Amino acid sequence: MSFSAAVITFPGSNCDRDMAVALETVTGHAPLRIWHGDADLPERLDLIALPGGFSYGDYLRSGALAARSPVLKAVSSAAARGVPVLGVCNGFQVLTESGLLPGALMRNESMHFICRDMPLRVENAESSFTNGFVTGQEITIPVAHHDGNFFANEETLDRLEGEGRVAFRYLDSCNGSRRDIAGILNAGGNVLGMMPHPERAVDAAHGGTDGRILFESMLNALAPA
Amino acid sequence: MSEITPDKVEAHGFTPEEYDRVLDALGREPNLLELGIFSVMWSEHCSYKSSRFHLKKLPTEAPWVICGPGENAGVIDIGEGPDGRKLAAIFKMESHNHPSYIEPYQGAATGVGGILRDVFTMGARPVANLNALRFGRPDHPKMKHLVQGVVAGIGGYGNCVGVPTVGGETNFDPAYDGNIIVNAMTVGVADQDRIFYSAATGVGNPIVYVGSKTGRDGIHGATMASADFGDDIEEKRPTVQVGDPFVEKLLIEACLELMATDAIVAIQDMGAAGLTSSSVEMATGGKTGIRLDMNQVPCREEGMTPYEMMLSESQERMLMVLKPGREAEAEAIFRKWELDFAVIGEVTDTQRMELVFGGETVCDIPLGPLAEKAPEYERPYLSREDYGIWANVEPLGALPEVTDIGADLLKLMASPALASRRWISQQYDSQVGADTLQTGGDAAVVRVHGTRKALAMTTDCTPRYCYADPYEGGKQAIAEAYRNLCAVGANPLAVTNCLNFGNPQRPEIMAQFVGCLQGMGDACRALDFPIVSGNVSLYNESKATGGGSAILPTPAIGGVGIIEDHAGVMTMGFKADGEEILVVGRKCAGSTAELGQSVWLREVAGAKAGSPPSVDLGHERKAGEFIRSLIDNRRVTAVHDVSDGGLIVTVAEMALAGGIGAALEAGAISAGKAYFAEDQGVYAITVPRGTGDTVISIAAGAGLVCEKLGTTGGDAITLAGRPEGADTIRCSVSLSDLREAHQRFFRDWMDS
Repeated sequence: MSFSAAVITFPGSNCDRDMAVALETVTGHAPLRIWHGDADLPERLDLIALPGGFSYGDYLRSGALAARSPVLKAVSSAAARGVPVLGVCNGFQVLTESGLLPGALMRNESMHFICRDMPLRVENAESSFTNGFVTGQEITIPVAHHDGNFFANEETLDRLEGEGRVAFRYLDSCNGSRRDIAGILNAGGNVLGMMPHPERAVDAAHGGTDGRILFESMLNALAPA
Repeated sequence: MSEITPDKVEAHGFTPEEYDRVLDALGREPNLLELGIFSVMWSEHCSYKSSRFHLKKLPTEAPWVICGPGENAGVIDIGEGPDGRKLAAIFKMESHNHPSYIEPYQGAATGVGGILRDVFTMGARPVANLNALRFGRPDHPKMKHLVQGVVAGIGGYGNCVGVPTVGGETNFDPAYDGNIIVNAMTVGVADQDRIFYSAATGVGNPIVYVGSKTGRDGIHGATMASADFGDDIEEKRPTVQVGDPFVEKLLIEACLELMATDAIVAIQDMGAAGLTSSSVEMATGGKTGIRLDMNQVPCREEGMTPYEMMLSESQERMLMVLKPGREAEAEAIFRKWELDFAVIGEVTDTQRMELVFGGETVCDIPLGPLAEKAPEYERPYLSREDYGIWANVEPLGALPEVTDIGADLLKLMASPALASRRWISQQYDSQVGADTLQTGGDAAVVRVHGTRKALAMTTDCTPRYCYADPYEGGKQAIAEAYRNLCAVGANPLAVTNCLNFGNPQRPEIMAQFVGCLQGMGDACRALDFPIVSGNVSLYNESKATGGGSAILPTPAIGGVGIIEDHAGVMTMGFKADGEEILVVGRKCAGSTAELGQSVWLREVAGAKAGSPPSVDLGHERKAGEFIRSLIDNRRVTAVHDVSDGGLIVTVAEMALAGGIGAALEAGAISAGKAYFAEDQGVYAITVPRGTGDTVISIAAGAGLVCEKLGTTGGDAITLAGRPEGADTIRCSVSLSDLREAHQRFFRDWMDS
């Protein structure tokens, strides 16, 4: 079964190669590499991945300029058609800045960059990104960010919780995120933003393979029932 | 009237004799621009005028060395990838001490940026950053600010460019109160048939400027870095450059994209002394000449003069010589990455540097005197004996007995010297690239992308040893790097160094420099571990803060080794209960314990006395080869070398890393303080239960001492099997107390 993914590269993206390697490792298919200036995306895609890094040097606010780049219009319309979109770290920041996901990612409460393996709980194992997990499963995926402190107002947080849209929660103190939220889904369940880096937990040499399950989940979601 | 007054000559850092040489070289009086160019090219930072004579004596060759010192970075052969491509590792370490003291965030950040450029200039994709940091005493009023700024700056730059910061070392000593040390190292990987050099050849070939625009920042940075700190350091803040890692990231990608074509003849980054030193080095290397039109230089501000353009140290800029007719192709790549691109001159055959501005020649200097015939000094230095008298190191004398090893161990683990560096390392993205296999062990390990190979990397130096005995200290820095690479299973290949010293015009400082280099040279020769690149930073002295005058001699070493199959990487943590702990390379019992200049002596006995431990280079090599063979043959489950704090600290670190305790055999070591000795060439290892005797006999066959120290297990480090009494040594420390002690220092310091 072919898996057709696209990885977007903005100026300053630095996890685009890692994301492409992870996708190829797990799905067996090298993803398309899309430059930020490209206004068009292929019609049929099984995944659009917005990678980590420092798009546009984090100038203005992290993710803010990338959210206004030409390719984001194409990403938004694909998302509206139901194409799965995964934003990791800076990709998550781009998704909140572009309005594809609610909330905002503020500077870590400690004011420091934080890079470490982070224990997480899978809160929703039903989505096309997480169906390989079990709800409540505890996993470990590394984080590496300066602006991962998730904020939304209480009403939004309640709605996210109520609708099962919190995908992952930190099990350890990380960045000051409201309700320890590490990753959220959109209302349609086809857009996932998360601060932890699943592409850094794909092969045994990484010291853990919990991230691999996320990519396998996407393959599962495509498989004929 | 002449525009060159004696004041201006002095302000540009010339001695009267040096200025006479300028007059001789030109056969006339220079103009201000020419004076400025001579000034930066003859600065200690660019000319190595006090160090060149001694650097020439270092061993720099081995069959696997592709390019030794002299280019932007050293290049070594690391074998073939799975597709038959021949691969090279390219690496170097560089200092950014003075700027980091004045403005810690930008100073450290641009230090990282500069060393990255040295490596990708040669065609390598940077795959790892490391650093070597020395700070003053933690309670110095500026020190917390300096540590926070330097760490944030290293992280801020490295994290953004997407190169993992995987290793480093951090020390504290009052000698750095007024002059901290910030050394940054980058390691990159390239195809051997795509290595780029800096020699500008091909008369008429276009000289191209790419990257950021030139601004007025960093003017005279190299000259500033070539003098002691006076009382006016705050006023020197404008000489610190400001970095933009985002532009650096674009520059890396654009350069590597262009390097995949064959359009480039030569390429050089603009580092210290900016456009001046890059263009002079390129033309000198090519034995050609250079003509630049200053009106074509992309400038950040209106009205910049050629003097400012030539001396600016604005960051993220490169100079290239292209093949004729390839300009449009190159320009398209740089425009795509939204970077400046300008043809600013051409290669000539004049052996001169000619600069034109507004149609007039504003500079015309023969290249020889600027570079190859720059001043070189054989500064006087004290004999080893006279140095010993000057250094005035007390003899070791009588030492207190240690009966409660655990109490002293807790004290050491909580000391600034040995406390956990997690507060620092967590601020660095150590994993971007998804090839990082180990951080925080004896050496960092990063997979060579797409292969089974991995590079092991470490930075090492023990400045207190170097002060007490420069020769032994120099040897030890190399030996420790060698040992750390062996401990993770790597074959040590080559080193880069960053030689940080005080004022070379003082014979005692010069004695430190010469002694350390002799020790390093002997160690490199004995271990087949050549020096392929490096940097010298002198004048690390300060009267500005009331700190000590000169820093401790700090010849920081960056070692690189290769692991052929990364599945075999060895780690230090205990792996299972009931395994045997062995000590390789030292008799457990016996009275030869090395406590001079040890951490225990300083932290517990409150003394800085005695000779540093001596390094037996023959033993070092034998022990390293033995450890590697044990790892290759899968006979060991954990390896950690003995260094600061001695054997008991080694065991404690292995226990903390694995979350498993240890029961040490009573009587294995009879004197309590011997557990804290910093004997060199010693490793602690674990082997599966029941295999210790076999390993001990293999060691004996190799001519090495190997003895049993204890057994892994439990949740404490204990000394078992002997009834406690007033005259016996004892130890009982839980891992949780140990971990708490280890974490305490940075947490308390930074959160207070």
